[in-house]
Amino acid sequence: MSEIKKIKNLKEFSTSADRFEGANLLCPGCAHSIIVREILNATNDDLILSSSTGCLEVCTAVYPYTSWDASWIHIGFENSSTAIAGAEAMHKALKAKGRLKQDRDPKFVAFGGDGASYDIGFQWISGCFERGHDMMYVVLDNEVYANTGGQRSSSTPIGSSATTSPAGRVSYGEKMNKKDMLSIMAAHGSPYVAQVAPNKWKNMIKAVQQGLNIEGPTFINAMSACTTEWKFDPADTVAISDLATDSLVFPLYEIIDGKELNITYRPKNIVPVEEYLAAQGRFKHLFKDQYKYLIKEWQERVDSNWEYLQRREEARV
Amino acid sequence: MAFDKMELRDIEVWDGNFAAAQALRQAQVDVVAAYPITPSTPIVEGYAKFKADGYVEGEFVMVESEHAAMSGCIGAAAAGGRVATATSSQGLALMVETLYQASGMRLPIVLNIVNRALAAPLNVNGDHSDMYLCRDSGWIQLNAFNAQEAYDLNFVAFKVSEDHDIRLPAIVNQDGFLTSHTAEGVKTLSDDDAYGFVGDYKPMNDMLDLDHPVTHGVQTEEDWHFEHKARQHNDLMVKVLPKIEEAFADFENLSGRKYNLVEKYDMDDADVVVVCMGSSVETAREVALEMREKGIKAGVLGLRVVRPFPFMEIAEALKDVKAIAALDRSSPNGAAGMLFNEIAGALINIDTKALLSGYVYGLGGRDLTKAHLTDLFTELQANVDAGKLTTKQQQFIGVRGPKLSFL
Repeated sequence: MSEIKKIKNLKEFSTSADRFEGANLLCPGCAHSIIVREILNATNDDLILSSSTGCLEVCTAVYPYTSWDASWIHIGFENSSTAIAGAEAMHKALKAKGRLKQDRDPKFVAFGGDGASYDIGFQWISGCFERGHDMMYVVLDNEVYANTGGQRSSSTPIGSSATTSPAGRVSYGEKMNKKDMLSIMAAHGSPYVAQVAPNKWKNMIKAVQQGLNIEGPTFINAMSACTTEWKFDPADTVAISDLATDSLVFPLYEIIDGKELNITYRPKNIVPVEEYLAAQGRFKHLFKDQYKYLIKEWQERVDSNWEYLQRREEARV
Repeated sequence: MAFDKMELRDIEVWDGNFAAAQALRQAQVDVVAAYPITPSTPIVEGYAKFKADGYVEGEFVMVESEHAAMSGCIGAAAAGGRVATATSSQGLALMVETLYQASGMRLPIVLNIVNRALAAPLNVNGDHSDMYLCRDSGWIQLNAFNAQEAYDLNFVAFKVSEDHDIRLPAIVNQDGFLTSHTAEGVKTLSDDDAYGFVGDYKPMNDMLDLDHPVTHGVQTEEDWHFEHKARQHNDLMVKVLPKIEEAFADFENLSGRKYNLVEKYDMDDADVVVVCMGSSVETAREVALEMREKGIKAGVLGLRVVRPFPFMEIAEALKDVKAIAALDRSSPNGAAGMLFNEIAGALINIDTKALLSGYVYGLGGRDLTKAHLTDLFTELQANVDAGKLTTKQQQFIGVRGPKLSFL
């Protein structure tokens, strides 16, 4: 059973013991560090962690330094899931053989970017979930290969300008819709999957705690606003995140046992998608006359998805 | 203990795969993460059956690819326990990225490679292309010539790999089908003796030591990367071979079976010598004895340790030989063979007049026959008589069509 932290307010939360050091090389305004701190602070349990190659990894474990005050492993781009699954298997083996050094059960959490998770590491995650390892997989979803300078991934949304799907004289940028990773992971039969965002921190802590408390492979897709590639002022990370959740571009919901969908955040005032797009340089070209129709399509897509989520919630499917 | 021991006869009839599976069982591996591929599959299947029958207490994780198999092994090894797996050929090729990560992270893991050709064209039979593919990967590589050795060398591999002075992963190679699927008499160790030899796993920098968190798999750029790689190479060059010899000596005390870094057969007065690996060593030994009946002083050198390459022992063994053939069971694809290159490197700066030629043979499971080896020894003797190479430096043997030779 996970030891749930009682968190009263943001001040208490931000000053509680921290196993992820502020001393790291992530960009000012990077949401990764906010998310990781929130997740590590959500529990008093011992943690065994992994990261795939990417921003989080290259910015937190540069020899001879480390930002991690919990055991952490990085192997490669595609296998943070299997790395932590291997550690989890070893824990199980040593527990059965009576060889654990401490009589405590840690939680196993893997981090990966959207490139590492939606693309190159997809098979590894799928394997881990099919096998039912007792672990949590967290995507730091900034919708782009940020560590290598902004190439498109299968999480990059339509109309976004990425370096390998750039907007240009005859192109509006990325042509494909974002992959629906949450549904895919729910379809694996995961007992708990949730989409979270760091600006809604209480919501996020609750989801993480729920995931950690359930035995089996759980999945968290965390929106991670990227000041560098989304192109906004580093001071605006939370404001941009608010626009994402309140415009419902990034709806917050959970799916339990692959069936029961619950919307976990309903904005009081729904913001037009246009405001979210207008706040970021990656969508700037959409405001040219020739591409304005795409903004309308964006809104229709978001509305339709919101309606779909509500229908599923109501139907309990 | 929640597992049963197995009563073995002194000599069991096992093939190389089952011998390796038995060794993994007896070593009481904590985690095996594996993926099946011909011809190594029976190792994994055998282990799975041991688990299903209650002879194994550790975790057996059947993953979705060889890359994931080694990824899981790395995570498990870093967590702090005994880890092993098995693969072949394409599986090893898929695994290669993680091989370098395992060794660079200094994690002890034992990998059984049942050697098989690499596609294209697709081929399931034995050659050493996969062994060569990972020769620079920083793993210790041992080489078994038969099922008995595939069994014995697994114990040695665990002992050396897990030693705190070494902490490097180790491969045990055996020939696909010729060794892996050929049943022969294998002298066994009792479960207690086998485990006693390998010993309890002693964790180091283990992630599961919850009171002492560790960071594994860091980033180093131009400031530190070179030092890490240099230290790893240094340990391979300086520390590993003495440790293997120590383990061989301990193993001889236990089993009576003696192993050496290079195995010398009829080498004391040999003029002409074949150097090779795997099951070919035994064929070559038989032919060498026949050559001696014909008056040719033939000998065979079998390479027991492929990495680190035993340069000094090779040089010592070959310095008085007059003609040497290096047999590579892998296409060098535009160069001399690995064995040729390394032997040349071992001999170039010592006082020897030995003539060295290279032979590429047996690709994709093509037989190396006694007739081939008879011709080969005869050719070497002709070189000795002529005082120079009478053939081109590199030849292909056993391939159809016009004779292929180069250099």
